[in-house]
Amino acid sequence: MRRFRLRPVALLALLFVTAAPAWAVNPDERLSDPGLEARARALSKELRCMVCQNESIDDSNADLAHDLRVIVRQRLTAGDSDQQVLTYMRARYGDFVLLKPPVDSATWVLWFGPFAVLLLGGVVIGLMTRYRREPPPPAPLSEDEARQLQTLLKPEPEPS
Amino acid sequence: MIIEAGHFALVLALMVALVQVVIPLWGATTGRRVLMDVAEPAALMQFVLVAISFAALLNAYITSDFSVLTVAENSHSTKPMMYKISGLWGNHEGSMLLWVLILTIYGAAVALFGAGLPPAFRARVLSVHAMIGVGFILFILLTSNPFLRISPAPPDGQGMNPVLQDPGLAFHPPFLYLGYVGFSMAFSFAVAALLEGRVDPAWARWVRPWTLLAWCALTAGICLGSFWAYYELGWGGWWAWDPVENASFMPWLSGTALLHSAIVVEKRDTLKSWTIFLALLTFALSLVGTFLVRSGVLTSVHAFASDPERGAFILLLLGLVIGGSLVLYAIRAPILTPTGQFAPVSREGALVLNNLLLATATVTVFLGTLYPLFLDAINGPKVSVGAPYYMATFVPLMVPLLVAMAAGPLLTWKRGDLPGIAARLRVPFGVSVAIMVGTSLMAGGKSALASIGIGLAAWVFLGTMQDLAGRVRLFQGPFSDTLRRLGALPRASWGMTIAHAGVAITLAGMTVSTGWSAEGIQVMKPGDQVVVAGDIWHFDSTAPVSGSNWKGMQAQFSVSDGGARPFTVLTPSRRTYSLQQMTLAKVAIHTNHLANWYVVVGDPQPQGGWIVRIYWHPLAPWIWYGFLIMAAGGAVSLSDRRLRIGAPVRRPVVASGKSHAAA
Repeated sequence: MRRFRLRPVALLALLFVTAAPAWAVNPDERLSDPGLEARARALSKELRCMVCQNESIDDSNADLAHDLRVIVRQRLTAGDSDQQVLTYMRARYGDFVLLKPPVDSATWVLWFGPFAVLLLGGVVIGLMTRYRREPPPPAPLSEDEARQLQTLLKPEPEPS
Repeated sequence: MIIEAGHFALVLALMVALVQVVIPLWGATTGRRVLMDVAEPAALMQFVLVAISFAALLNAYITSDFSVLTVAENSHSTKPMMYKISGLWGNHEGSMLLWVLILTIYGAAVALFGAGLPPAFRARVLSVHAMIGVGFILFILLTSNPFLRISPAPPDGQGMNPVLQDPGLAFHPPFLYLGYVGFSMAFSFAVAALLEGRVDPAWARWVRPWTLLAWCALTAGICLGSFWAYYELGWGGWWAWDPVENASFMPWLSGTALLHSAIVVEKRDTLKSWTIFLALLTFALSLVGTFLVRSGVLTSVHAFASDPERGAFILLLLGLVIGGSLVLYAIRAPILTPTGQFAPVSREGALVLNNLLLATATVTVFLGTLYPLFLDAINGPKVSVGAPYYMATFVPLMVPLLVAMAAGPLLTWKRGDLPGIAARLRVPFGVSVAIMVGTSLMAGGKSALASIGIGLAAWVFLGTMQDLAGRVRLFQGPFSDTLRRLGALPRASWGMTIAHAGVAITLAGMTVSTGWSAEGIQVMKPGDQVVVAGDIWHFDSTAPVSGSNWKGMQAQFSVSDGGARPFTVLTPSRRTYSLQQMTLAKVAIHTNHLANWYVVVGDPQPQGGWIVRIYWHPLAPWIWYGFLIMAAGGAVSLSDRRLRIGAPVRRPVVASGKSHAAA
């Protein structure tokens, strides 16, 4: 009877909805130092809200995103550099938290795939245009034509 | 009873499709006209039967017949009528039926308007088209049947996610599918050409209107989807690089490449096997897009596997379509010899560059969308791919594409004159560089990317205008001559100019709205005011408001630029949908077509007041205007005389009294 089970509306919604309604960054989270706050906003766009569908913690209004935003700001206030914050988050939550995946053996295809395709395509096109600059060889004679040529070239056919 | 009739009609449609696959192909192979001619009535019949089936399901939605399972799961008696109807395609089963309906509409259109095609070729095209139909109708009947009954029928339905109850999203899927499925025409034409072993300029001309139509619809569909995300989701953004968005973007990118490479086939009889490959690829990506969104694989790779029947069928169908067509391609493509030759610097060369960059961009989006799923499926590390990845990979690919876009159309076929082009593009180049430097100085060197974007937008726009000016010899002779040339310009040429200008407009909107937007996020109570980008936002009042299936509050904001009277009054609201117990924030937007004033009321605060988000997005409207202009360009090109195959119309004699050869 699986087929007749009514699936939760939420799941159906996911089929269509790109993101849940989001209105992130609450006023009370913000830092008073505008420089630090700007860095926090920029960093938040690089970090994923791990319980959401493809949303950064800057875009999401989930509780987890709120917590992560607060952590980012605490680290910045404590004097961390941007890179240190990202390293800290990665150590705590794994690669999954980074919206820009790290370059390692698992993501080589992801990072170098586009470059390889561009290079390969460029080489193929380069070779083809070089090849094409040569005029194409004339089409070979068909069997009929070859036979006709033979008869023309031999005015005195050998007696068979 | 009606729903069973619909179910039965779909089964009949499957039978007709099977006939349409076998008989015409047999006829084309054996050269028997009688058998070939089965294709047209079969295509029309298949359309009529699927239409009956669709109408039966639509009736169930309109009359809220909750004894039908999909209606019970996706509709509700209090929903407004528009969303009862759009509920049909707001779920997997119904959307598949819409997909097949559109497929058969295209098939019927070939049957009706394809009189100009050679009979054997038309028979093959319709046969291949029916193969897709067989696959999808089988998929619906075996794994995604929207006609199943539920007993006992529930007293009311489960309703639809409130986020989807919006006009933008009601019309978004039909446009998207018109695009996705439209590329099935390019596919059928390509496979038929491979079967015949013949691709020539005439083929490119036949396939062009279908590709254009699909491209226009897909462009409009993506535009609607993006605009919906902007005003409905209330986050102030318009593109999130979400897999669902990427799913529609991939066929758009490769479809754009296809449109351009087909021009080379048509004009110069070369790039043939590449164009065929693109046609196959674009439809394959359309299929991948359909299934990515519909199968649940995005939510979790493992959710996909939890419905093994459906998942296996999808993979089988994808494998047959993609694998089958690629095998045929591998066998047949080598015999497609190009005849036209060209130098690297030429119109052809520019279009090859366009194709290389668009194809690479497609691969990039494909990897970014599917590689994390792939890693997950093989139990590799879990990674996330978001906007920062695409900013590092996709955006740099677009820069050379846009640079070449202004110059490409000025190049002549076969062998272009690069120094000559450089001289003609002096002014656009100078102006764009000046704009780039100027905006960069104005912004204090802060948003370098935005300055580059604006400069590129100006470059594409001015280059396109320079090309138009050159075509009509502006300022190079009497103005009457220019006007006459303007009138004589082929529609396809107009279409290109309009679409390229649309790209420039969209680009300007994207970069300016991203680089120079302003926002204010704060807790506000009625009576408070705040200044955002120099405008004073005053929170006037709140009032209760309600709809047929929701209740809520409406806030009122007056926005003024310091003058005595506000220039606009905005009323964002918060709606609670009683059925789902879900609260949605409805955005309010004021636009003067140059900028958007955007306000959304967020969660109420314990100490009173609400979190209010206010954005000022300069040039944001241009993002969507540009997309619509692109689609309009495609439509103008579609109306070109030479594409109306089968209905040749004499070109009217030009006003001067002399007749001119068609351009």
